[in-house]
Amino acid sequence: MSETASLMVEAIGVRKHFAGVEVLKGVDLKVGRGDVACLIGPSGSGKSTFLRCINHLEKHDAGELLVDGQLVGYELRNGKLYERNDKQICAERARIGMVFQRFNLFQHLTVLENITMGQVRVLRVREDAARARARELLERVGLAGRDGYYPAQLSGGQQQRVAIARALAMDPKLMLFDEPTSALDPELVGEVLDVMRDLARSGMTMIVVTHEMGFAREVANTVYFLDAGIIEEWGDPREVLAHPSSPRLQNFLSKVL
Amino acid sequence: MSTDGDGSIKVVPVRHVGRWVGVAAALVVVAMIVHTLLSRLPTGQRACQGTGASRVCHAVTEWRFSWDIVFHYFTTSEILHGLLITLELTVIAMAVGIVLGMVLAVMRLSPNRVLSGSAWTYTWFFRGTPVLVQLLVWFNIAILYPRISLGIPFTALSFFSVHTNTVFTPLEAACVALGLNEAAYMSEIARAGLLSVDEGQVEAATSIGMVRRQTLRYVVMPQAMRVIIPPTGNEVISMLKTSSLASVIGVIELLGAATNIYSANYEIMPLLLTASLWYLVVTTILSIGQFYLERYFGRGALRTPPPTPLQRMRHDLAGIVAKFPSRRGLAGAVER
Ligand SMILES: Nc1ncnc2c1ncn2[C@@H]1O[C@H](COP(=O)(O)OP(=O)(O)O)[C@@H](O)[C@H]1O
Ligand SMILES: [Mg+2]
Repeated sequence: MSETASLMVEAIGVRKHFAGVEVLKGVDLKVGRGDVACLIGPSGSGKSTFLRCINHLEKHDAGELLVDGQLVGYELRNGKLYERNDKQICAERARIGMVFQRFNLFQHLTVLENITMGQVRVLRVREDAARARARELLERVGLAGRDGYYPAQLSGGQQQRVAIARALAMDPKLMLFDEPTSALDPELVGEVLDVMRDLARSGMTMIVVTHEMGFAREVANTVYFLDAGIIEEWGDPREVLAHPSSPRLQNFLSKVL
Repeated sequence: MSTDGDGSIKVVPVRHVGRWVGVAAALVVVAMIVHTLLSRLPTGQRACQGTGASRVCHAVTEWRFSWDIVFHYFTTSEILHGLLITLELTVIAMAVGIVLGMVLAVMRLSPNRVLSGSAWTYTWFFRGTPVLVQLLVWFNIAILYPRISLGIPFTALSFFSVHTNTVFTPLEAACVALGLNEAAYMSEIARAGLLSVDEGQVEAATSIGMVRRQTLRYVVMPQAMRVIIPPTGNEVISMLKTSSLASVIGVIELLGAATNIYSANYEIMPLLLTASLWYLVVTTILSIGQFYLERYFGRGALRTPPPTPLQRMRHDLAGIVAKFPSRRGLAGAVER
């Protein structure tokens, strides 16, 4: 099991259906510690659903999903699978950061309060320590001094960088990004990708759903092409993006590039 | 195109003819109201002064609205005591209504069918029957339950037992009736508030590991408040006045105190006015409180929060002051 030990995320035949429609039809994926995997694919192919299964916002129906060697949402004891209770699931989730397409910053809280919320309420960090950490993270995402702003007073790119800081404040071992730049004006995409690039360089394990092929080519160790609930093609981004072998990926790339 | 001497173009504001007609009509109506409020009626008596040739007589008049009597009773202990009972009823009934309403709203949104069904049934029942009927039922509850006792159902075992009427006064009956009724309305208001919060907020809270209860308390509720406060302010003001129904079951609140007094001295109109003036005073205070509450819970929702009335007044005054020199000065000072 030496390979499993070096993996942060391992999905084996993960399936998920909504009301009779199968959205994930057996997804296999492996992400090593410190690696960056990019997930690309047409709209409705199940990318968000798969990410949400990883932090158990959705429950997968079948297959195995392991994060850091642990089954997501279940515990294996004496050959039986025990469903974890809400508290255990929440504790697991706290260590998996998630960044959303529409930022989802807490609208009624200032930038600083957004970043301290999880530390104080979930990790039980003292208020002043949480603030200090929040300021540190704001500086890291290039927003030092914006502590007192409300989300509505920031640009989209700034909001997304605060959202990244909010996730980082939980000291995650894995970061999930669901189209983090899709809701941004083109000139703001770069500032968010820069932060993500730094994060990857610092050794964070990341799974990024994106349409930014340049970012995938440059940063990702592996790129996965998800189409209609199946990983249609995967591999080294320079290889897969430059010479796609499946006609579906060829078709997809011709549309996004 | 005409330009001034210095070459800048003169700005001619749009003239709002209709608006001026409206203002004139409103002023006439206001004048009529003020006139009738301050008018006096002849009493039919004449008062004379002096004697002989210097004797002068004139008709005696009195306020049409008996303002002297209105303000005489305004601060009598009976009226003030009634006011206190009205406030007590309003505060207790609203507290019961808000707390129970929140619980009902959360139950209603629960995925558990039994919980959501019970909440729905509660609202159906208490909204579906007149509040006056509910008041009378609680007042007469001793008919159904002459004794209150705590024991084990279907056994003769009882831990304690008291006469209902000795512990359940009319005032308490009114608090219970108004509070339970209010909860039905508040639950719908709270539910609308909870539903108004974007799903993404819940997802974000969940994704940082918050449990359902924390998400509700720290993320959803504070944002729902922005939607919940304005109609709740309405409910408080409405409750202030609905509490006068309690006079029907013998609670001597503000209206009850007024009717008690006028049934003895027949000054019906002045005492109704006294009570109305007090209701207006309290309503005014409540409205001011509501404004600041809304501002507090609306923080973060707008890039620039709306000014307070004081700030707006100061701004308007500054605008008027700034206007005068610019009239005499050159055009082109428009941008100030
Ligand atoms: N909660 C849900 N209930 C029903 N269908 C859903 C739900 N979430 C997603 N789906 C469906 O699953 C499919 C995949 O959705 P999604 O994972 O969001 O795709 P992607 O992120 O790749 O665009 C879509 O057809 C979508 O309509
Ligand atoms: Mg998606």
